Amino acid sequence: MAMEMEVKDIPQKKETTQFLTIVQAVNDGMKTLLETDDTVMILGEDIGKNGGVFRATEGLQEKFGADRVIDTPLAEAGIIGTSVGLAVNGFKPIAEIQFLGFIYPAYEQIMTHVSRIRMRTMGHFSVPMVIRAPYGAGIRSPEIHSDSTETLFTHMPGIKVVCPSTPYDAKGLLIAAMEDPDPVLMLEPMKSYRAKREEVPTGKYTVEIGKGKKVKEGTDVTLIAWGAMMTVVEKAAEQAEKKGISCEIIDLRTLYPIDREIIAESVQKTGRAVIVHEAQLTGGLGNDIVSIINDTSFLYLRAPIERVTGFDVPVPFFALEEDFLPTPARVVEGIEKVVHF
Amino acid sequence: MAENRHSVLGLSDETVLKMYETMLLARRLDERMWLLNRSGKIPFVISCQGQEAAQVGAAFALDKEKDYVLPYYRDMGVVLTFGMTAADLMLSGFAKAEDPNSGGRQMPGHFGQKKNRIVTGSSPVTTQVPHAVGIALGGKMAKEDVVAFVTFGEGSSNQGDFHEGANFAGVHKLPVIFMCENNKYAISVPVEKQLACENVADRAQGYGMPGFTVDGNDPIEVYKYVKEAADRARRGEGPTLIETVSYRLTAHSSDDDDRTYRSPDEVQKAKTNDPIITFGQYLKETGVLNDELEKEMNDRVMKEVNEATEYAENAPYAKAEDALTYVYAEKQ
Ligand SMILES: Cc1ncc(C[n+]2csc(CCOP(=O)(O)OP(=O)(O)O)c2C)c(N)n1
Ligand SMILES: [Mg+2]
Repeated sequence: MAMEMEVKDIPQKKETTQFLTIVQAVNDGMKTLLETDDTVMILGEDIGKNGGVFRATEGLQEKFGADRVIDTPLAEAGIIGTSVGLAVNGFKPIAEIQFLGFIYPAYEQIMTHVSRIRMRTMGHFSVPMVIRAPYGAGIRSPEIHSDSTETLFTHMPGIKVVCPSTPYDAKGLLIAAMEDPDPVLMLEPMKSYRAKREEVPTGKYTVEIGKGKKVKEGTDVTLIAWGAMMTVVEKAAEQAEKKGISCEIIDLRTLYPIDREIIAESVQKTGRAVIVHEAQLTGGLGNDIVSIINDTSFLYLRAPIERVTGFDVPVPFFALEEDFLPTPARVVEGIEKVVHF
Repeated sequence: MAENRHSVLGLSDETVLKMYETMLLARRLDERMWLLNRSGKIPFVISCQGQEAAQVGAAFALDKEKDYVLPYYRDMGVVLTFGMTAADLMLSGFAKAEDPNSGGRQMPGHFGQKKNRIVTGSSPVTTQVPHAVGIALGGKMAKEDVVAFVTFGEGSSNQGDFHEGANFAGVHKLPVIFMCENNKYAISVPVEKQLACENVADRAQGYGMPGFTVDGNDPIEVYKYVKEAADRARRGEGPTLIETVSYRLTAHSSDDDDRTYRSPDEVQKAKTNDPIITFGQYLKETGVLNDELEKEMNDRVMKEVNEATEYAENAPYAKAEDALTYVYAEKQ
């Protein structure tokens, strides 16, 4: 199914594919970029010899050398700050932050430079670069490792934020991110890294940034999610179908800029929406999506919009992680609430 | 007979035996946690193995009634010396509700226990370093006799938090001991790829404090340097940076496979310097330890490990609602 979507720049020869997980597709995307563009470099902690703590960079240092795939000292401000310098000097860095929760030493660099260099120099300088970070809960690595802080970055004009939920999109979004003239943060849902495999083209292709994907057609309610929550939403939809409720599912894929059209088009059809994310409710991206629906589709609504999210507390410890995260059951509750309003 | 190096430092035979037993307890607890992890019972382990000598040697040089410790995730030897129990550590390993320090909220290896002045730490490395500086500054302001002891890895000594903390303490001559436990690796990255200088201790010069590189496999040596640093701090002469050199004997954590980046030979070779073995030998060669005492000690340690495991395994998990508590001060 993914094969019909936004496949651009497919090489002329008959397309070959590989059967990959998300993390393998990310690896393959970086490999493709390193092969096709000499200015691409990768920087991060444990990414070289070790191949990354999640194996996302496995084999890349061996193939492309320690000059292009650099094991950096343990200091995130240095990783991102150095990437800024590389980008200013014509290189295309891909910086890996080991877990999104360890990005804070680099937050200053991202907030004050990565996102603003183009604006404050009227475009004389720009820093096209990709920051990759595994994120999200569900693999029992609590305390900072499990947070979903995407809105810290969507609330930051000058950087784009993408979050693939499938192997195909992971590679396509990564390549699109590197080809984008502006910096892009790619959030990689840890929980889904190895959850499923699909056919991924071996060559270069992109998935357009700023475009969501309709994963399933339906008529009664629109479910909107991204990343690891896609699996939860799909399960919930199956359960709701059994109760006679037809769900349309949208994978947002890009968290900034959000695809307003795909949301509006769907909600105007179904008249109902349930937004699902693992981040805390307050300040969560769900609120921006509610605003988009309000702005574009208010008069089509047949029920108030429902949000099924994490709670307003830090992601809890191992044993209680599942109680924090939205579950199919909680999503079904949300669906029934809007349908029976 | 080997030369007795502890008596001259004022360490009695009884004290060095206690040091050894604490090192052993740390090692056996850690080994048990790996077994529990591999059988799927506890989610995560990050080890002290190979660093017990540095940890215990240092902690014994501090004043357990007055000083603050800000340990990093491998410091089981430090926290056991400062009064944390095997059961406390196991309850935290299993993330049980009864974990007295965090109710299972802190990751295993992320210690904290207010009653013993073990200051809570979190996952982002090196963030504890400036906290030690603030505690020392508070102690100085209040004219209290307090030393703040903080540890971190050699890779972590690259973070800004270390440099900012060290500089602040140097400028204000604060009673802080910065102890870097150099175990040669930061996950997979060897120390040569982390530091442009030869020793972490070289960094002390930039912050106006003395820096020492010591054998981290020798608890007596570490004791000596930390004791001197504590004395200097108490005399108002400011901070010290101590680098203890040892070797990480396990993988980085239960999620790591070290065979991808270092050879089994290298690890095997380091094991010949395992401080549990070498310090045991020293104690025997100086006539402090004999086979009978050693057996008693081993039995005591294993009993403690077994009891702690059983207790923690049977303890209940927290209730889901507990996740909603303590985010803010509870309303009265
Ligand atoms: C800010 C931050 N970045 C990355 C990590 C992931 N991480 C955990 S431990 C570690 C290596 C630490 O090495 P070192 O400081 O030498 O201490 P060691 O584990 O060897 O004792 C890394 C990269 C982290 N916890 N915090
Ligand atoms: Mg280290």
